[in-house]
Amino acid sequence: MSKIMDRKTLNRFYDKSFFLIGIFATSISLIFLLALLLDILADGMGRLGWQFLANYSSRKPEEAGILSAWVGTVWIMVLTGGIAFPLGVSAAIYLEEYSRKNWLTDIIEINIANLAGVPSIIYGLLGLGLFVRLLNMERSVIAGAMTLAILVLPIVILSTREAIKSIPPSIREASYALGASKWQTIRNQVLPSAMPGILTGVILAMSRAVGETAPLITMGALTYIAFLPASPISAEFPYISFQGLFDAFTVLPIQIFNWVSRPQKGFAIDAAAGIIVLLVITFVMNAFAIYLRQKYQKKIRW
Amino acid sequence: MDNSAFKIEDVNVFYGDKLALDDVNMEISPKAVTAVIGPSGCGKSTFIRCLNRMNDLIPVFRIEGKIKFNGIDIYSKDIDVIDIRRRIGMVFQKPNPFPKSIYENTAYGLRIQGIRNKSKIEKIVESSLRKAAIWDEVKDRLHQSALSLSGGQQQRLCIARAIAVEPEVILMDEPCSALDPIATAKIEDLITELKNEYTVIIVTHNMQQAARVSDYTGFFMMGKLHEFDITKKIFTAPSNKMTEDYITGRFG
Repeated sequence: MSKIMDRKTLNRFYDKSFFLIGIFATSISLIFLLALLLDILADGMGRLGWQFLANYSSRKPEEAGILSAWVGTVWIMVLTGGIAFPLGVSAAIYLEEYSRKNWLTDIIEINIANLAGVPSIIYGLLGLGLFVRLLNMERSVIAGAMTLAILVLPIVILSTREAIKSIPPSIREASYALGASKWQTIRNQVLPSAMPGILTGVILAMSRAVGETAPLITMGALTYIAFLPASPISAEFPYISFQGLFDAFTVLPIQIFNWVSRPQKGFAIDAAAGIIVLLVITFVMNAFAIYLRQKYQKKIRW
Repeated sequence: MDNSAFKIEDVNVFYGDKLALDDVNMEISPKAVTAVIGPSGCGKSTFIRCLNRMNDLIPVFRIEGKIKFNGIDIYSKDIDVIDIRRRIGMVFQKPNPFPKSIYENTAYGLRIQGIRNKSKIEKIVESSLRKAAIWDEVKDRLHQSALSLSGGQQQRLCIARAIAVEPEVILMDEPCSALDPIATAKIEDLITELKNEYTVIIVTHNMQQAARVSDYTGFFMMGKLHEFDITKKIFTAPSNKMTEDYITGRFG
């Protein structure tokens, strides 16, 4: 009798202790994140302000700002998305819907999965060799965006394929049975239903791209520039200009990296303020991804 | 006699190496209901999916023999599959409306044909929903999501969607197996209604259903068509021992 009681108490004890271990493990990561946030906020909050966003970097820490960095980040973000989205989605549609299963597509699939795990600095070397040197693009915005687009392409392809796979076959059958062609079925049924999943993947891929430093430094993005890429819209004819694509640029992570490596205390504060801006950008993008997913999940039920 | 809708000649179907249909010969009458019955895995779904080339979507599928629709072999090289599927509509086991409005579901088949004329589409949508006996239930909420309908309503919407492209044949693959008895009764009434205009072929698990709605019945087992005759004869005086055992519930 007492032995059975012991067993029960022991089981209850295991149950409780695992619960505690779980809480402990969860709170460690939370505590570190919180500590990091608080530390950065305490350091950098004072420097944040209109001036910080509107000034170029400077020799004097109090006057330094992140104008060229955040504008560069926005440029890179938009261009990377603009390149990676159509390429990645098309590749995923091809692999999922059109390609025949044979050894060639097997190799392609394995390689795409592997590419997602390649260290980002390798992509920087690729960008340097291919875009900057071979294609003579210099250290331009477009070269940087293409490098990052290749970096996130595997992520976009994989998440798009997952989204397409999750569309029930019954929807395709319904479409085919009414006399729809393959492309009509993809265009009208598969893509609209897969879009929330695809968009979520693309946004997450882009928030990864925004935080990347190594590949851009490798390909030679500048750390200090005191001008912006030429604006894409102008008041005079022809209103739209692509000149900015070929200008030099810097991005937030590079600017932050540059500041933390300086000895002066003031730059550490600038770096903290820059980190806050970068975090806000990635948080906003992640929140947007979650919002999209929620919104469409409510709309589509099978 | 060549007024049959389908003439199936010496058809063998393989999935990879597996023989799924074994030397099937059958003539299906137009404007009548033909039921296909048999135990699970006997090939009845495979059979009906051959008739509108839905099996083409399965990579390992292979067919031998001829399936003639109005005298033309639908598996010959110069046949347009898309045209075949438009002329031979299909309703599936589980209601599968698109995640769109009721109106857009019904109009989809017209839109993919490139029909843009709004009043024409509206007219066809209404007449299709009427023919599928669902108009009165949905006329006030045509622009709500089709997924807000009940299962039985969804299935009738799927029938309306198939009717909208003006097919000559409607294939039904166990259309009531996911529905309750009341919804089933409504679909059965509808099937009897539909045979005035369409050739209907229905696969069913439910022998009473075959007896109630069909004019002809084919009994499949292990990929073979064991018996094919007038429904009344199949259910009262089957000539095949296997058929008799099946319909009297000795197995299946």
